[in-house]
Amino acid sequence: MPDTSTPDTTIAEGAYNYAYLDEQTKRMIRRAILKAVAVPGYQVPFGGREMPLPYGWGTGGIQVTAAIIGRDDTLKVIDQGADDTTNAVSIRRFFARVAEVATTTCTEDATVIQTRHRVPETPLKEGQILVFQVPIPEPLRMLEPRETETRTLHALSEYGVMQVSLYESIARHGRISKSYNYPVMVNGRYIMSPSPIPKFDNPKLDRSPALQLYGAGREKRIYAVPPHTPVKSLDFDDHPFEVEHWSECCALCGSKESFLDEMIVDDAGKRLFVCSDTDYCEGRR
Amino acid sequence: MSGELGSSDGALLSARNVTKRFAGRVACRDVSFDLWPGEVLGIVGESGSGKTTLLNCLAGRITPDAGSVAYATASTGTVDVHRLSEARRRLLARTEWGFVNQDAREGLRMGVSAGANIGERLMAVGARHYGDIRGTAADWLARVEIDGDRLDDRPATFSGGMRQRLQIARNLVSGPRLVFMDEPTGGLDVSVQARILDLLRGLVERLHLSAVLVTHDLGVARLLTHRLMVMQGGAVVEEGLTDQVLDDPQHAYTQMLVASILPV
Repeated sequence: MPDTSTPDTTIAEGAYNYAYLDEQTKRMIRRAILKAVAVPGYQVPFGGREMPLPYGWGTGGIQVTAAIIGRDDTLKVIDQGADDTTNAVSIRRFFARVAEVATTTCTEDATVIQTRHRVPETPLKEGQILVFQVPIPEPLRMLEPRETETRTLHALSEYGVMQVSLYESIARHGRISKSYNYPVMVNGRYIMSPSPIPKFDNPKLDRSPALQLYGAGREKRIYAVPPHTPVKSLDFDDHPFEVEHWSECCALCGSKESFLDEMIVDDAGKRLFVCSDTDYCEGRR
Repeated sequence: MSGELGSSDGALLSARNVTKRFAGRVACRDVSFDLWPGEVLGIVGESGSGKTTLLNCLAGRITPDAGSVAYATASTGTVDVHRLSEARRRLLARTEWGFVNQDAREGLRMGVSAGANIGERLMAVGARHYGDIRGTAADWLARVEIDGDRLDDRPATFSGGMRQRLQIARNLVSGPRLVFMDEPTGGLDVSVQARILDLLRGLVERLHLSAVLVTHDLGVARLLTHRLMVMQGGAVVEEGLTDQVLDDPQHAYTQMLVASILPV
């Protein structure tokens, strides 16, 4: 848990408070997180701050991470499953500098994992915290543009409209075509956007032993799924939820169980499938 | 409980002294009536006479400044519509009630198919079998005389009359007991109007629906309603059986209204 002792002025040549945000802001965010954990799937508004990177690059996730991180944490940051993409590298370096934390690319060693678009393939364990970067926290937004109305729908558990969108998808495409940001029901009460992870990862959210925190910086919302909470992907009785399957296996590690990225490797259109989770893939080679 | 709400025994909907002001201006004043099961009540009057405000008050869409609206639910006895929690009022509105708007675009989801529009109420109360929902939607599409092959088309591709019929199907699919209609045939050409009136008359009879119908068209009122209330300046100036009001109007305003019908 966070180190709440007196701020360290030696951080980053004394220019910043520990973990970049000032203590009052971190308190405010922690309060929002506590409320979010207490009401699984409910979107808690918080006073989002300007961060030193643009909206859409993970400002929500960074604020959540900054509020919960302490000196004895080990941080892993992934973007699309990879540890070595620009965004992941800069966020990891940012926290190494302003929070003086150890960083890792190994899922098992990390205590805090900030992620965009993926949940690691390696099963998470108790004590780990998964921080999601969320662009649009409201799962009903595309169906109902008014914020007052979506809040009412959540409050009254009126979720017919979400089912309508799934119906429409089957009517038009013969199956539920939504492949990422697939809506889930948390603890039988709130419909939640799992952030733009592929639906392949949805089953990993269900009763996960790790704590899941979701931060949306632009929309200034935090929500959470506490450990061991049931998370159910929405579906129809005669069109049950299912995840993607590939006929190929990973070209590098041979995995048949992981989420694969398709890559074009030459001008002749030769294709290659590789694991999107780089740590998982390297561990198997 | 029904006694303290001031409703008459056996009435489906009872309004008592319903008054609504907008910024001091009275939109409807002291309106009281009982609606009996299976009855279609018409509210007629010129534009601005408070018809639609009254309808919205009855349907719980706006809260009156004074007065009460009591509704006899199917299972839980008589309730005061405006004292219900918002959750229960909305549940009532999508199960036991229907609301047909004048502009079908307000009552429909224009971005999703006809089938999804009809199925929404079913899904809202927990239907989770795609095949069944689709079957029911197709069945209702046929009942409102729309070709079955339009099931997956969006209402944006429908004509005005078809949209209105789709809106009716979307409301009736949950088997409501009471339907509020706000000028259901307004803005449609006469042949389309006639078809919709015919359809509505058949459905009301077959399903034993009660309805409150707001219209400025006395012809529509004559065809569909059993009883009529005439409104002027927010107040009810005359009420009675439809034929009686239209054939032997007593109030000067009603006489003027009846005399204004263009002879064909």
